Formats: sequence, C-alpha cells, structure tokens
Amino acid sequence: MGYSLDFGWLYEASGAIARGAAVTVMLIVVTTLAGTFISVLAAAGRRSGYRWLRLAITAYVEVVRNTPFLVQLFFIFFGLPSLGIRLDPILAAILAMTLNMAAYTTEIVGAGLDAVPAGQKEAALSLGLRPRQVFVKIVLPQALKVIFPALTSQIVIMMLESAVVSQIAVRELTYEADMLQARTFRAFETYFVVTMVYLGLSIALRRMLVSVGRRTLSAGVT
Amino acid sequence: MIEFTFWDILRNLLFATRWTILLSIAAFVGGGAVGIVILFLRISKAKWLRRFASGYIALFQGTPLLMQLFLMFFGLPMLGFRIEPWTAAVLALTFFASAYLAEIWRSGVDALPRGQWDAGASLGLHYVQELRLIILPQAFSITRAPIVGFLVQLIKSTALTSIIGFEELLRTSNAINNATFEPFTVYGLVALIFFVLCYPLTQYARMLESRAAAH
Repeated sequence: MGYSLDFGWLYEASGAIARGAAVTVMLIVVTTLAGTFISVLAAAGRRSGYRWLRLAITAYVEVVRNTPFLVQLFFIFFGLPSLGIRLDPILAAILAMTLNMAAYTTEIVGAGLDAVPAGQKEAALSLGLRPRQVFVKIVLPQALKVIFPALTSQIVIMMLESAVVSQIAVRELTYEADMLQARTFRAFETYFVVTMVYLGLSIALRRMLVSVGRRTLSAGVT
Repeated sequence: MIEFTFWDILRNLLFATRWTILLSIAAFVGGGAVGIVILFLRISKAKWLRRFASGYIALFQGTPLLMQLFLMFFGLPMLGFRIEPWTAAVLALTFFASAYLAEIWRSGVDALPRGQWDAGASLGLHYVQELRLIILPQAFSITRAPIVGFLVQLIKSTALTSIIGFEELLRTSNAINNATFEPFTVYGLVALIFFVLCYPLTQYARMLESRAAAH
C-alpha cells in the first residue's frame, strides 16, 4: 500500500504517445490494404480449377490461423535471416501482420463470394462481360457488402494485435509505452493511459470503417 | 559451451508445452466461471447491470491483450500483492476469456425465440429456474462451435505471457534460441507445436458448425 498514482509525466510524454499512435495507425492502414488485396486473390484462387493452388492456399490459411501471431512475427524477423532474407523491423512487422490478416480475411472474403447467387454471374456473362469483369464488377462488390461487418471486426482485432510488434523494436504505441515506463518508473499509469489510447483508436477505427462501408458499399453495418 | 542437438531442442520445447496447456486450461475454466457471472449481468433485468456488463465486454474486446497483461503485472503489486508472472498471466487471461465467453453465450441467449421464456414462465418457473432449466442449456448447446473456436484463440494468446516473463513455450524457445542461434528451427518447431495443439480443435469447431448448420 501507500502507492499514489502520478500522472505528472503525461504532459511531456504526449508527443511520444502521439508518435507511437501514428505508427500504429500507419501499420494497420498498410496491413488492411495489402491484406484485403491478397485475401481477394487467395479467396478467388481457392475457388479456381488449379488443384495445387487450392491446396497451397488452404495450407497457408490453416498454418497461420492455428499458430500465434507472435510466433509468426519471430519466425519472420529472427528465422528468415538464416535463409538470407533480412528484413527491417518495420518491414517484418508489416509482412507478418499482412500475412496474418490475409489468412483470416481469405476465409471471410471466400464466405462472401459463396454468398453471391450464381445467377448474378450467369446474368453478367450472358450480357457479354468477360469473366474478369464479372468478378471485379459484379461478384466482388456484392461479396464485400455481405462481409463488411466481419472485415471490420478483423481489422480492429489486427490493430489490437499489432501491440506485440513492439517486441521486435518497431516504434509503435506499445514500444513508446515501454520506453516511457522505463524512464518515468510509472509502469501502471503509463500502460493505463496507453490502454485507453488503444480503446479510443479501436472505437474510432470501427466508427470510421462503418461510415466508409455505408457510403461506398451501402453496407448495413451497425 | 553446451551443444544442443535437434532432439535436445525438441525435448525442451515439449517440456515447456505443458505450461502452455496448463495456462490455457486454467484461463478457460476461470474465464468460464467469471464469464457466467458477466453473462448473468449482461442479460439481467436491471439496466445498469446490463450497462456494466456491456462496458466490461467492450473494454476487454477493445484493448490489446498485451496491455491487459501489463496492467495486471504492474497494477497488482500496487495494491500490495506480490505477483508472479504465473498469477498475472492466469488472472489477465481469465478476465480476457470471460469477456469473450460471456459475449458468445449472450449471442446464444439472444438467438433463442422469445417463446422459450414465455413457455418457462407459463410452467410457473421463476427467473433463475427458467435460466437454469430452459435458456442456458440451449444457449450453451448452440454456441459450442464458437466456444471451441475461442479456445483456439486462447491457446494462441498464451504466447503473449512470455513477454511478462512466464516460462511457457515461447519464452523457453527464446532462451533456447539465444543458446543455439538456430531461430529458423526453434521458431519453426514452436509454430508446429502450436499447430498440433490448435488444428484438431479448429477441425472440431468446424465439424460442430457444419452439424449445427445441417439441423
């Protein structure tokens, strides 16, 4: 007992916290764009006629979904250099996050593709659209509309999981918190403030995605 | 200089795996117990109790587990408890799991038709009896697939406790890696062990899901 909370350090630390939050936001934006793009390709590939491609994508999805993100991160950052692939911490983090997210969203996008009635595709083909046009212009937008809520949740989850990339010294929000608490000896207060910043970020991210989804896909997300 | 053969590495990792399994079980059981309480609050008739439970769930689902672990690890000593990594890990994962389990069960309760409550009431059951005999058994049974799915997530989440110093699989592998400088083998094996733990559960969840869909 006899411990009193002290938030006096907060004023000077706000710059570091804001910088860290900006890096976290940057990480999740890049991951979302790259991860969604890859997962659209992977989900389409999984429904293609190439058996080996289907098997390879299924293996990738299962391996990523059944191992911890932190282990994937360590494998990419510490393990790959022994194959001659040496990555910057920030690149390793983006690669690990993208591969992780794409595995989950491949399943989500796939479920969306399956939910589009076959008649949509047949109608588009009969109108003379080429198969690629059918996929990009007819099937994909409808699939994205269906899966938008699930995609939103996955993006928020990934943002929260990105806290562990501090372990390979990426200077994001958690890394800045680690540095701050080492300097101020106010571990609890530091992590409390940073936790609240994460909470704010996840609420804001969800709200933003919902409004973007409503505007661009007229997806009924709540 | 101690030489590590492949089998030494594997044996040490498998030995550490029991802590990963034990922590998963403890957090799942503890999370289930606390989760039931949160579920009761979440579906209670009093508005402020429901509010409290939603806030609790939103807090744990809206912040990183790593931060929850840090707050537990650094926060409890302030209240005068001496805290070991094991205690912090079990407590943090228990609260984390309780929020998710309560939310999954709540979705099961919500999915039941209103008539189930009415039928219970018309049989003269009071609120607690209705929950115990009619609502909860059905809610538990229709949410079995997502619960198993969450267990997989929980097992994977135990890897984070290595960061606060709990000697589970990943922390042991970091130590072995520092001694052997074979990160590719070591982290590859760790991934493989996690995969062997999680994949059967994932398949089981999938089976439950397709069986539920067939009904």
